[in-house]
Amino acid sequence: MLTYGFRIGMLLVISLLVSNPCLGGALDVFDGQKGTVKIAGGTAHIPVMKEAAKRIMTRNKDIVITVAGGGSGVGIKQVGEGLVDIGNSGRQAKPEEVEKYGLKMFKWAVDGVGVVVNPANPIKSLTKDQLKHIYAGEIDNWSTIGGTDHAITIYTRDEASGTRAVFWGKALDKGEIVTSALFVPSNGAMKTAVANDPYAIGYVSVGHMDETVAPVALDGVTPTLETVKSGQYPIARGLYSNTKGDPTGLTKLFIDYLLTPEGQQIAAENGFIPVK
Amino acid sequence: MMPSKDALAKSVFLCCAIASAAIILAILGFMVALGIPLFRESTFSAIWFGPWAPHRGAYGIWAMICGTFWIALLATIICLPLSLGMSFVIASLGGRRIRKLLGALVQFMTGIPTVIYGFVGIFLLVPLIRQGLGGPGMSVLTASIMLAILISPTMILFFTDSLLAVNTAYVQAAKALGANRVQRLLYVMVPRALGGMASGFILALGRALGDTLIALMLAGNAIRAPQGFLEPARTLTAHIALVKAADFDSMEFRSIFACGITLYLFTVLATIAVRMMARERVAVS
Repeated sequence: MLTYGFRIGMLLVISLLVSNPCLGGALDVFDGQKGTVKIAGGTAHIPVMKEAAKRIMTRNKDIVITVAGGGSGVGIKQVGEGLVDIGNSGRQAKPEEVEKYGLKMFKWAVDGVGVVVNPANPIKSLTKDQLKHIYAGEIDNWSTIGGTDHAITIYTRDEASGTRAVFWGKALDKGEIVTSALFVPSNGAMKTAVANDPYAIGYVSVGHMDETVAPVALDGVTPTLETVKSGQYPIARGLYSNTKGDPTGLTKLFIDYLLTPEGQQIAAENGFIPVK
Repeated sequence: MMPSKDALAKSVFLCCAIASAAIILAILGFMVALGIPLFRESTFSAIWFGPWAPHRGAYGIWAMICGTFWIALLATIICLPLSLGMSFVIASLGGRRIRKLLGALVQFMTGIPTVIYGFVGIFLLVPLIRQGLGGPGMSVLTASIMLAILISPTMILFFTDSLLAVNTAYVQAAKALGANRVQRLLYVMVPRALGGMASGFILALGRALGDTLIALMLAGNAIRAPQGFLEPARTLTAHIALVKAADFDSMEFRSIFACGITLYLFTVLATIAVRMMARERVAVS
């Protein structure tokens, strides 16, 4: 005969298991695992990678996950050369890169790339044509488009940036970027630069936007999580984690984790759009 | 018979010397070998004097060569009077306590990490230049000012050392003739120390040419040869730092080696200049 207390206890255990399935469940697979996962690449990915790594490493102290930046180009190059286990990129790997390294791509979120200005700038809306003219250097003063009479400072990213690749392809339609544009090396550096320069224009990942910079509506659509998700705001890209060949062991578990409801929730909390 | 310990030590050190010399040469060979596809794709003049427009297949580094020269030259020009004054005070004009204090300060400055100067520049100097002088703030001038502070310890230490190395007999003789401190400094110490001071100047210039972080953080990295001190510019070193992430096989990546060779040649020229001056100095004294 089971005692009353034992039955209550069983019920409690079962209800705990049932009521908390996704949070405990997704991390269960990491129990008993041991080893390291090295991650590098896209700077937009970093907050999500860090949060996922933190949760996994808190759960299991035998796992070490390191997260580094460098940009999409670095991510693809380093994973291809076998220097890291996962190489992140904010663009699809090019066909020649996939072929050369035998890359497998895993898309776990969608991210918008939004134009930003300093919060003190009265201009909060541009047409795509105006934006193209600004970046081509044909509009070089804010007063031309109804702002203060001061030269526009154009900020852009280096050639290895996935954010730049998407912005250049989808916002500028691969148009010219004036040679006097200033170059910054990461999403974070772009935010610092625009936040400190009242006459700046730049672009960052929507997930990186905060109150230090002001988003600019493009053709009337403000880049936010909702407009990117609905497809109204067209300048968006997938966030990819790439491996050399099919992932195995811990690397596979990590990528699977990004695609679980919990992993997808981490992506959403950091301002990205989950793919599942 | 066993070779003596001396002979053994000699051969070990000879091997070390040969190895380090070989590494320097190997680096040059490595850069040339990896840069060959770029030189095959386009001409020397297109690479050194052409524009940088990767999407049009142009990989010229002229703008970066100009940027490097402007920033490094301006930095040494700003640095020179500061360092001269500082070393005059430390070597001769200052009171004992001030000399000691300033000497310690300069020694301390050599230990400050470059990135600290970069951050101070971004948050203090960039807005100041933008509001005070105009332009985008990130400019040749901004980077040069910060770079001048960075290289000043090199210059000051060299200047001070060569001034103090002047034979005291000359100084005493001038003193006996009634020359005051300033006269002794300007007419006796400085002319005797010129060779060493020139070496310090060239070494500081070399350091300014080779620095990456200050220009990367403060110069704005635009891919156009600067037309004025308030315009942004990109140095060869910053260009390498920005482009190194491109695909290995791309021509952008190959252009890094052209930058490397150019910087290498600059350094070789600077070293030769230092050597010649040192020789001249020996000949004079």
